[in-house]
Amino acid sequence: MIVSTRTGSLTFAEVAPGKGMDVALARTPADVLRWIDASGLRGRGGAGFPTSLKWELAAKSPGALKYVICNADEGEPGTFKDRVILADFADLVFEGMTIAAYCIAARQGIVYLRAEYTYLRPHLEAVLARRREAHLLGKGIAGRAGFDFDIEIHMGSGSYVCGEETALIESLEGQRGEPRNRPPFPIDTGYLGNPTTVNNVETFAWAACILARGADWFKEYGTAKSTGHKLFSVSGDCQRPGVYEFPLGITIEAFLQEVGGEDAKAVQVGGAAGQCVPRGEFHRALAYEDIPTGGSIIVFGPQRDMLRVAANFLEFFIDESCGQCTPCREGTIKLLEGVKMLQRGQCSMDYLEELCSLGETMQLASKCGLGQTAPNTFLSIVSHFRDEILGRTAAWSPE
Amino acid sequence: MFLTERERLRDELVELADRFGRSRGALLFILQEVQNRYYSISEYAMQVIADLLDIHPVEVHSVVSFYSFLNERPQGQFVIRLCRTITCDMAGKDQVARQLENDLGITFGQTTPDGKFSLEWAHCLGMCDQGPAMLVNQRVYTRVTPEKIHGILQECRQRFGVHAVADGKELPQ
Amino acid sequence: MTDTSPHESAHTRAPASQRSRTAEMLEHAKRLGKMIPVTIDGNPIEVPLGTSVLEAAQRLGIRIPTLCYHEDLCLAGVCRVCVVQIEGQRTLQAACSYPITAPINVSTHTAKVRRARRHVIDLLLSAHVGECYTCSRNNHCELQDLAAEYGVDAFRFGRRETRRYPIDASSHAVVRDMDKCVLCRRCVRTCIDLQEVGVLEALRRGARTKIGTFMDKPLGSVVCISCGQCINRCPTGALRANDPTDDVWDAIDDPDKHVVIQTAPSPRAAIGECFGLEPGNAITFKLNSALRRCGFDRVFDTNFAADLTIMEEGVELLLRLKRALVDRDSTAALPQLTSCSPGWVKFLEHFYPEYIPNLSTAKSPQQMFGALLKTYYTDLNGLDPRNVVTVALMPCSAKKFECNRPEMCASGFKDVDYGLTTRELGKMIREAGVDPLKLPKSDFDDPFGTATGSGVIFGTTGGVMEAALRTVLELVTGLKVEKFFDHADIVPVRGFEGVRHVEIPVTQVGPVPPLVAHLFNNWKWLKGATLKVGVAHGTANAKKVMEDVKAGGQFSQCHFIEFMACPGGCLGGGGQPTPTSPAIRAARAKAIYAEDRSYTIRKSHENPAILKVYDEFLTDGPCGHRSHKLLHTTYTPRGKYIE
Repeated sequence: MIVSTRTGSLTFAEVAPGKGMDVALARTPADVLRWIDASGLRGRGGAGFPTSLKWELAAKSPGALKYVICNADEGEPGTFKDRVILADFADLVFEGMTIAAYCIAARQGIVYLRAEYTYLRPHLEAVLARRREAHLLGKGIAGRAGFDFDIEIHMGSGSYVCGEETALIESLEGQRGEPRNRPPFPIDTGYLGNPTTVNNVETFAWAACILARGADWFKEYGTAKSTGHKLFSVSGDCQRPGVYEFPLGITIEAFLQEVGGEDAKAVQVGGAAGQCVPRGEFHRALAYEDIPTGGSIIVFGPQRDMLRVAANFLEFFIDESCGQCTPCREGTIKLLEGVKMLQRGQCSMDYLEELCSLGETMQLASKCGLGQTAPNTFLSIVSHFRDEILGRTAAWSPE
Repeated sequence: MFLTERERLRDELVELADRFGRSRGALLFILQEVQNRYYSISEYAMQVIADLLDIHPVEVHSVVSFYSFLNERPQGQFVIRLCRTITCDMAGKDQVARQLENDLGITFGQTTPDGKFSLEWAHCLGMCDQGPAMLVNQRVYTRVTPEKIHGILQECRQRFGVHAVADGKELPQ
Repeated sequence: MTDTSPHESAHTRAPASQRSRTAEMLEHAKRLGKMIPVTIDGNPIEVPLGTSVLEAAQRLGIRIPTLCYHEDLCLAGVCRVCVVQIEGQRTLQAACSYPITAPINVSTHTAKVRRARRHVIDLLLSAHVGECYTCSRNNHCELQDLAAEYGVDAFRFGRRETRRYPIDASSHAVVRDMDKCVLCRRCVRTCIDLQEVGVLEALRRGARTKIGTFMDKPLGSVVCISCGQCINRCPTGALRANDPTDDVWDAIDDPDKHVVIQTAPSPRAAIGECFGLEPGNAITFKLNSALRRCGFDRVFDTNFAADLTIMEEGVELLLRLKRALVDRDSTAALPQLTSCSPGWVKFLEHFYPEYIPNLSTAKSPQQMFGALLKTYYTDLNGLDPRNVVTVALMPCSAKKFECNRPEMCASGFKDVDYGLTTRELGKMIREAGVDPLKLPKSDFDDPFGTATGSGVIFGTTGGVMEAALRTVLELVTGLKVEKFFDHADIVPVRGFEGVRHVEIPVTQVGPVPPLVAHLFNNWKWLKGATLKVGVAHGTANAKKVMEDVKAGGQFSQCHFIEFMACPGGCLGGGGQPTPTSPAIRAARAKAIYAEDRSYTIRKSHENPAILKVYDEFLTDGPCGHRSHKLLHTTYTPRGKYIE
């Protein structure tokens, strides 16, 4: 079965497995945190929270039981890089988790693997077994007395919102995947009430690479605020879809040249929760300070109907919202109704503006990241494609 | 359900509860296992699980109804999940869907009368670069075309008699 | 994984997202007493670490609207009506669930905040089948109030005209109309957290989210105990009691029917709230006049039956004690558990059916009264019981279930025809054009006119126990209970503590009074004994006590335990006026204890009407043959499995 499609070379293939952990274990946890801090590594799931800070907070949080959780609930539409990382570089991910455990003094790691990736589980279990045999997991890791850490795999059961870290923890605790009130944050009150760090698959892999090759090596690439390389999942109307590695800060224009999508009329950056960038803004950069992304890039060719795109994403949110807070649960329905009105050519400008204002409320007042980002695509399509979406008739066609 | 069947189910659930621990945290493990074995989680099973974990049956039902890979209604032995998210949509998922409905004689959300196939929509399966993508139980099919549907269904039918790929042990190629 | 956490103890039930683990932590933080300075709308205040923004604002007199928040319940933070702006934060925060842990600057009414709240209200209205004119909550609906407060002048995002869900009226007690539900989940938190019954939960997700029962079964066929606490906390008309007022009106209008009503003490202490009185003002005797104006032929005091219950239940307790202490009978089934709260009874039948032998077989006052009304009362007045319609004014929705229990036909007829809640009677009185506050006072009708303070305190948690102790102590010691407790106020069993355990030594015994001389020769066997009693209110507390009994803890050593299904006892019943809160319940309790003090006779066994009934009708005395037929009942082991 094809689980891995890579285009171009990936750093992960070049870094020697085990090196990062050797380097880490030769230093104090505080030193390791300083390395990660110096690299500027930020969360690769999309939110971009500084990894070292998250680990440091979890490390400082009082508690004998601490957890390292790998968020492998990759559900963002258009994202599949984690699938490739888990299939090809699972060792790096587990190494990164072990390093995190070393930093925060966790004894237990959990990989929360989405149900759709169940077929990856036997492979991952095999890698874990091999690592246990090699004393890279278990008691007294790598001969270091007192450093006990093991990893188990928990399967998801089919829910996008469980990618939100507190919903993920709820799910691990046997609950509906409903995001919690924050604060408190998982770093002090996480899994079973204990300090917990939840990081993306890719973040752990990069952490291992940073230890192996040094913070300076990592920082050499990217921008000042968005250091290092990042993996991108590319799909849609381009000649060469697949997983790519680029330094952060790359412009969309340059990106499209690499993947063969030069004639795109828009690019969806960051999946359903991201934003739709029109041709006129292709000079913008994929970086936390400009257009942040967890790595999903969907290319829309000139033939695409942007309202169909908006409707598809909203249907996704209507279904995948946990349903607890009002703005997200009801707002997504209203936005979809609005898109359908636009499709029929029956939406007044007043109502469209009301919907945009509602979208802003959703961004501000929803309980979690899902609801806060659910209106993004709608808002960006409405603001960038007015010619295309207003006053539609039955005769309308994209080209 | 005969009493003996219920007793057997109860024993199985007790065994699962003992394996995963009788705490709320074990709930999803147990549910996933029951789903794998029986293709759905019956009303009776939910009540026994609630009892074993000292929670309320409605809480179990609440969790089951939340997750799309857990079912309260009986599912076919082969659950076909076609990705409906944007890139698979752009790659032609509508035609694939139509052909699936034609070949199975059911619409999405339904199970064939012989209890062999269920047809479901899925959100992003993480195969966007190879769409349209489709999961059949745990096996993923990519670049599916309407033409390929027949062959895929045949492949499944030939597997009857063997315990299907539902327990995660047998990874199909 | 076998790790357990220090936080996983008290509240393992509700999802953490709803109960907000914060609560527990912050309670702890508050105890540390660290003060944090914050500014709200420019007003500085210092609050203890962990105080919510909502609470801090309330202290400053700043109103932040809420919907999913309820004082009795754990935090949800789901409706997003209470959002506020905290300086430096990208998004708005829910004031109810945002704990203050550092100095912050909060703005509660900026344009952004007002727009967001307005949108949230608009969205709720768009999903709500707003049949306001015909809604049971018309004019006292929290959603309506919010719409008014925020000047909603149009259904900006449309409104739902078509129903999605059928109305579930399968339960005698609670009707569910999910098209009016705003998914605030107060009912879920009430049912799972507050009451630990666990009938209601959120089902499915996203746009399809709804509050449902196990497998979406009708409420009448799941383990609902009919306590109606969910109704009291529902902000809209999505949950209401099963309302029989039309049938009661029909009976009143029928010239052939003799319609009598009994009123319980708790509704009398609360019904004034339906007419604008502050909580804590009982209008017992004005209510009598109002009921007569409505057309009821006779108005009786349930307290009479409460006194009767004390006689039967108290004597039953003494009989069980004798069996246990003298006869060494292992089937005496101690502790004896009270049976006057029908929600509690159903709770036990579902979750602890093995303890049915411990339940007192004495009926509740409502049902004792019904049985006597259709036998003793009809005999006395030459009425045909077929033409007598018995109505009960109760604070309770479970009383509706109770009067419909098939075994409640001791008179040969349905003993109590209709149970009315306080809210429903308030509505009837208004419909009759009567203002009870302006009416003169009038007495209850005979032959049940006299009641005692003991009957009154049935309305509050600990009251049944106190009443029983007053009688049992006097029967046994032959001394006035005032000798042991000032003013006969048995204070140790009072209060709102969820679970109470009290020991009362029996230091001396007296002669056996004539009323029970047929049952006991002497009390010597009780001399020197210590009477151990317990009190629990709210089924979550009841569960704690029962688990302790099962585990052989201190409550298993008790002789008698009082259970009330509702927090606060009957005064906090599921049929009482909304809203409810700890302060409102405390005010009602105060009114009830004041009424108790106002009676000259305060002990059930001194009630002349009771003595008369035993003299004239129940001639073989308490727990005698006739009283067994009319005043005692049986129970049904229901279990928690649902077919």
